[in-house]
Amino acid sequence: MYRLLEKRLLATNIYYMKVEAPRIARSCLPGQFVIVKTDDKGERIPLTICDYDAQAGTIAIVFQTVGSSTYQMALLEEGNAFQDVVGPLGNPSDMTGEALEDLKKESILFIGGGVGTAPVYPQVKWLCEKGIASDVIIGARSKEQLILVEEMQKVAGNVYIATDDGTAGFHGMVTGRLKQLVQEEGKHYSKAIVIGPMPMMRAACQLTKELGIPTIVSINTIMVDGTGMCGACRVTVGGKVKFACVDGPEFDGHLLDFDEAIRRQGMYKTEEGRARLKELEREQGIQHSCGCGHGGDK
Amino acid sequence: MDRMKRVPVREQEPEARVHNFDEVCLGYNEEEAKEEAARCLNCKNPLCVSKCPVYIKIPEFIQHVKEGDFEEAARTIAKDNALPAICGRVCPQESQCEGKCILGIKGEPVSIGKLERFVADWSREHKVDLTQKEEGSGRKVAIIGSGPAGLTCAGDLAKKGYDVTIFEALHEPGGVLVYGIPEFRLPKDTVIRHEIENVKKLGVKIETDVIVGKTVTIDELFDEEGYEAAFIGSGAGLPKFMNIPGENANGVFSANEVLTRVNLMKAFREDYETPVKLGRKVAVVGGGNVAMDAARTALRLGSETHIVYRRSEEELPARVEEVQHAKEEGVIFNLLVNPVEILEDENGWVRGVRCIRMELGEPDESGRRRPVEVKGSEFDMDFDTVIMALGTSPNSLISSTTKGLETNKWRCIVADEQTGQTSREGIYAGGDAVTGAATVILAMEAGKKAAKAIDEYLTSGGKGSVKDQPGD
Ligand SMILES: Cc1cc2nc3c(=O)[nH]c(=O)nc-3n(C[C@H](O)[C@H](O)[C@H](O)COP(=O)(O)OP(=O)(O)OC[C@H]3O[C@@H](n4cnc5c(N)ncnc54)[C@H](O)[C@@H]3O)c2cc1C
Ligand code: SF4
Ligand code: FES
Repeated sequence: MYRLLEKRLLATNIYYMKVEAPRIARSCLPGQFVIVKTDDKGERIPLTICDYDAQAGTIAIVFQTVGSSTYQMALLEEGNAFQDVVGPLGNPSDMTGEALEDLKKESILFIGGGVGTAPVYPQVKWLCEKGIASDVIIGARSKEQLILVEEMQKVAGNVYIATDDGTAGFHGMVTGRLKQLVQEEGKHYSKAIVIGPMPMMRAACQLTKELGIPTIVSINTIMVDGTGMCGACRVTVGGKVKFACVDGPEFDGHLLDFDEAIRRQGMYKTEEGRARLKELEREQGIQHSCGCGHGGDK
Repeated sequence: MDRMKRVPVREQEPEARVHNFDEVCLGYNEEEAKEEAARCLNCKNPLCVSKCPVYIKIPEFIQHVKEGDFEEAARTIAKDNALPAICGRVCPQESQCEGKCILGIKGEPVSIGKLERFVADWSREHKVDLTQKEEGSGRKVAIIGSGPAGLTCAGDLAKKGYDVTIFEALHEPGGVLVYGIPEFRLPKDTVIRHEIENVKKLGVKIETDVIVGKTVTIDELFDEEGYEAAFIGSGAGLPKFMNIPGENANGVFSANEVLTRVNLMKAFREDYETPVKLGRKVAVVGGGNVAMDAARTALRLGSETHIVYRRSEEELPARVEEVQHAKEEGVIFNLLVNPVEILEDENGWVRGVRCIRMELGEPDESGRRRPVEVKGSEFDMDFDTVIMALGTSPNSLISSTTKGLETNKWRCIVADEQTGQTSREGIYAGGDAVTGAATVILAMEAGKKAAKAIDEYLTSGGKGSVKDQPGD
């Protein structure tokens, strides 16, 4: 059992949980993820690790309630436990394998959309610990949906905010802010790392391609085992089939077939599933929101 | 009694069983078992034994059954096989023990598998305690993977007094026995759970949710946690696809995905969260046990189900009983047919499969006649789901994180056939991880041999005492 040590509501329907998982805390690196399962009957849910403390033996995850499984997760309270937490899965971010002097020459921009801001955090923090400051754009639908802004400010060079409704920072999407930074404020980036909902990552990649910025995305496909056993997570990258769980989760954003990935991600979004979610929302008063900072493209 | 004919085994009627996931074969009762056992000629030179990979003393246990001494029969089997309730159900008996039974020349071979199963079930139901444990050194051995290879190796070492821990990547132990082979063939709550409990009773610890190579490496287990030897029984879980156009369409799954959702995650039950979504008409590509299991699972989920296989019936690698059951249940066989393209509708969902007809040519390396395409014979079939059951290969989670561990070009770990010794001292391997996808009994045999070798290695001194490694 994996005890839940701390639970916080970061924004509407977005939860932060610190969980006891000593083996994972000792071995994980930024970019990797875990699969959690609340109880006997629960689904295996993949979630990116958003912070870890090897000494304390803890990891942190951030998730949004989007279906009945994540809703079940949100019902756990401090002192309760997850039945299963397995990981670290996937490959660590490329940068963790790069030589420090090479990294220092880069100017890296991170873009986090909605709950995707959480997995950006450990990467920015990791770089900060190496003495490298990177820029971050955090996007959300509105001010209330922004997460981890203060935490990010502590570890990043510059943090830029973009909200769809203009209630905080730039009025518009993260792509709008990026354009502004590069074209009007004379910023130069040698690499972009974008994490968020697929449509937002697709839009960001279209733009970074135009701007000539090599871009990495971290994708959240459907998964079952997370160890390369089922192929549910397969995506096409540069014409080749890859398993996101073992070959990813980070891929070259300019080579990933987003249309296919988005289509495959929707495979289980059945009528029935939607109906069930509606029912849950009505009963429990939870809202379904994408909060991706790229509204309208769902 | 006609000695040439088997005592028929009771089964759920096909019409009923396609609507449930309960076990199809109901097994013999005591009377039936005794009657079937009486057919055995108790040969002096029993050929059946020579074809059993673990050399169960078959005539001996069958004589005990005939005399009604089921407990003694169980003890006889237990000497050579720790998982008889499983083997009795899933071994390809027709090509092993039963294939050599002398009665098979003129009539039907003795139902050795069904008798083995009967004895195992009887001893479980009568709570016969078959565990015998020696006092031992308590030295630590790590077992990676909890499939039949790992369970057997762990059990044997625990019996010899070692302190054994199994590390399993999934949240439940059992390997293919729990995530792959369906409930209607191998009941989980009774048979599998019992076997795993037995291994635990011997003192084996099982740590689930540990992916060796990710959560912890073998070298960390050695250097930081005091393990002195390791056995890798990590199986061959990586599914193959055909690499044909349209294979990433929505509605194309690997058999592993469908079976894992249904068996491990219990997607067929309303009260479990994991979904499974199959269409009205399902094509299962392949002809092995995995294909039969996927097809019969799809059938039970309410789909019209077709097998699409590129060779003929004779070459179907599945157990004869599974093919038989699949047919009785209404699975439609499209033989000498091979998919060349998955057809998609405008939203990217499967709408059909373009196939080509095949004919059998010259025999290939496996001795089976090689299927060749019949030029210009392409035709389309309507399907809304396609399940690929083309075989699996080992993944590289362990080999890529264990320095000096040699693998071959199929990513199988290179290990000595007799001992399981790998290119690294103190590390042994066996089962599908070494052979590629094979059978339960071969995995067990490998686990058993490795346990013996590990015992010898540790009693002779352990680290540093072995000089010549294969591959050095
Ligand atoms: C659907 C299906 C039907 C089959 N039907 C039959 C049949 O009727 N008869 C028959 O004889 N054989 C059958 N087989 C084949 C048989 O199941 C296998 O040959 C056998 O299970 C192999 O045993 P194993 O112990 O080597 O590996 P597995 O049973 O595959 O077990 C390996 C275990 O290791 C775990 N693991 C993998 N990597 C790691 C890691 N890095 N760290 C920790 N754990 C890890 C896996 O999660 C798994 O639990 C079937 C297979 C399938 C898939
Ligand atoms: S273990 Fe398999 S081969 Fe051996 S006797 Fe039993 S059924 Fe036959
Ligand atoms: S999640 Fe099963 S292979 Fe990636």
